[in-house]
Amino acid sequence: MATEFHNLQELRHSASLANKVFLQRDYSEGTTCRFQTKFPSELESRIERTLFEDTVKTLNNYYAEAEKMGGQSYLEGCLACATAYLIFLCMETRYEKVLKKIGRYIQEQNEKIYAPRGLLITDPIERGMRVIEISIYEDRGSSGSCSGSSSTSGSSAR
Amino acid sequence: MKHCEYQQIDPQALSTPTPTLPPQHAVVEEEKGETARRKWEVFPGKNRFYCDGRIIVAQQSGVLPLTLGLILVTTVLFFVFDCPFLLKHLTVFIPAIGGVLFVFVVISLLQTSFTDPGILPRATPDEAADIEKQIDNSGSSTYRPPPRTKEVMINQQVVKLKYCFTCKMFRPPRTSHCSLCDNCVERFDHHCPWVGNCVGKRNYRFFYTFIVSLSFLTVFIFGCVATHLALRAQGGRGLMFALQESPASAVELVICFFSVWSILGLSGFHTYLVASNLTTNEDIKGSWSGKSGAEDTGNPYSYNNIITNCCSVLCGPMPPSLIDRRGFMPVEESSQTVATEIELAAKNEINVCQLVLCLSVFVCMAHHHPPLGGQLSGLCSVLCWLMSKCTQGTKDLLESASRSPCPQTGKPQTVSTSCPDSIDPADPAVTFNPAVTPDPVAVPSLKCGGRHHSHTTSPPDEPRQQHHHHNRHHKTRSTQSSSKRAALHISNPAYNVSLSPPTSPGLGPSHATGAEDHRRDSFAALH
Repeated sequence: MATEFHNLQELRHSASLANKVFLQRDYSEGTTCRFQTKFPSELESRIERTLFEDTVKTLNNYYAEAEKMGGQSYLEGCLACATAYLIFLCMETRYEKVLKKIGRYIQEQNEKIYAPRGLLITDPIERGMRVIEISIYEDRGSSGSCSGSSSTSGSSAR
Repeated sequence: MKHCEYQQIDPQALSTPTPTLPPQHAVVEEEKGETARRKWEVFPGKNRFYCDGRIIVAQQSGVLPLTLGLILVTTVLFFVFDCPFLLKHLTVFIPAIGGVLFVFVVISLLQTSFTDPGILPRATPDEAADIEKQIDNSGSSTYRPPPRTKEVMINQQVVKLKYCFTCKMFRPPRTSHCSLCDNCVERFDHHCPWVGNCVGKRNYRFFYTFIVSLSFLTVFIFGCVATHLALRAQGGRGLMFALQESPASAVELVICFFSVWSILGLSGFHTYLVASNLTTNEDIKGSWSGKSGAEDTGNPYSYNNIITNCCSVLCGPMPPSLIDRRGFMPVEESSQTVATEIELAAKNEINVCQLVLCLSVFVCMAHHHPPLGGQLSGLCSVLCWLMSKCTQGTKDLLESASRSPCPQTGKPQTVSTSCPDSIDPADPAVTFNPAVTPDPVAVPSLKCGGRHHSHTTSPPDEPRQQHHHHNRHHKTRSTQSSSKRAALHISNPAYNVSLSPPTSPGLGPSHATGAEDHRRDSFAALH
């Protein structure tokens, strides 16, 4: 296992970071968190447009759900005000719960869709909710490498 | 195998190009305890952190102790001197209501002061580079790049987004850079010295609760004290008699009388802002009041319904803190660690570099005077060498500003000099070097930004001592002026003249416009 790990670390080196694409925020509907769904040209050869747009739209929906102002959020807000906001110390807010869901979703998307194509999505919360950072990896490794090529499904000599 | 490659990826490590594993992470932490730092320790803004990153305050606490002191003193006097009388003569609800209001005031004040107001973390180098690529560099020949703006449509209205030179990103709408805290804050309202923190998206509701409950408390105490004195003065005994019996009430009356007007006024003003979904910053600047004859410049963020506006501002979902104070710095591979260390060390040098930059500009401008030619060429060479140590972040600044023929590399990873050929150690111009050497030990004495991050290039055993050293060192403006004096070993009158005006933006209010950003950035070392 240790040797495998060492080889994978080398793989991580060998699958070198070629480029990063940044999806900026879309402010057309105000300051709520939304990301532009414009398909970046650098990803054209790496991933299908529909898959990408699905991911971004789902993320936008998650953020809209987190920031939605409805009965539940008002109740939470009024309760918090009544308790002098001390309730934030013990309770997890709805926003935080949705952020965890988003984290899990991004991880799942990375594992299933993006990693096999040599891409990696960074959770926007790590970048201050300003951008969705997509790292593009070029596979330099030769033998035993976990290929991240897009056109063919990734295969490994292991 | 696809599976085995990504089995290794941690959810936390997904964001970093080189993922770290939990067992390895723990091992590395034990081996190199210094490198596994929490993110608050390397926070670039001017904030201070306590309780291992749980509490965040601005660099200067302002008059927060005074605010707390006044509230405590007045309330304690009220409970000790007035409540017993009122309890006996009126009702038990008076101390009860006073107690509840007092608790609300103190808790909301502490929450306003110690909560992250909505600080936006600075752009990563990759992000900044990506944004730079998208910006047209047409103004690169001038010393000062033109202010960068981007226009977006928000609810069918054009809004200009300004570029923040400090944070290296286009500020989202309603975000402003606070010069006192050196951070971009979302939905920036104002920097309140009374609470010693910025008021922004995340702590506006605490601030509003604070001022509303404080106005209730002030009015309540004022009313109770007046009732108390009136009751004592009954039966023809007179007010003076009542005051003599209860002198503390006089103190309370005075404090409450003078504060009730300002606090009530402030509450009323902020109630108006909440109802129209405005920030103090926007109201003062008149962003949406239809100035300059622009048609149809209503507030694009307002819901045009008072109740909806109030609910969205005060009862909306609580956004998370974006700066992740207590997260651990990612444990990088050796090359990346070196890069980060250099970047951190280079951050120390950024102020030096900016100082050097200003020098170089004026030196090169004075280059036109032939008598100074020989010395100046040597000076330029030295300046080039120093500038080459600066990070990528200041590269555009240097390129646009410097007219000197010296080449620059500006690459973050390399510390090698760019034009060592023309450096003459015996050159008299080199004598000013000791004042601006990028030696990390000497740098803290020159830095005046009040940065509270530990330096990896500092003496290895005591990064925290350096922390406290900076705490002491940067408490007052006198330290800043002393560092300025250190930098002024070069008696260049043109340079001296340039220094005096920019000190004012640093002392000015927090409502800085984007046009001041670059100037502030250039002269960050000097104020």
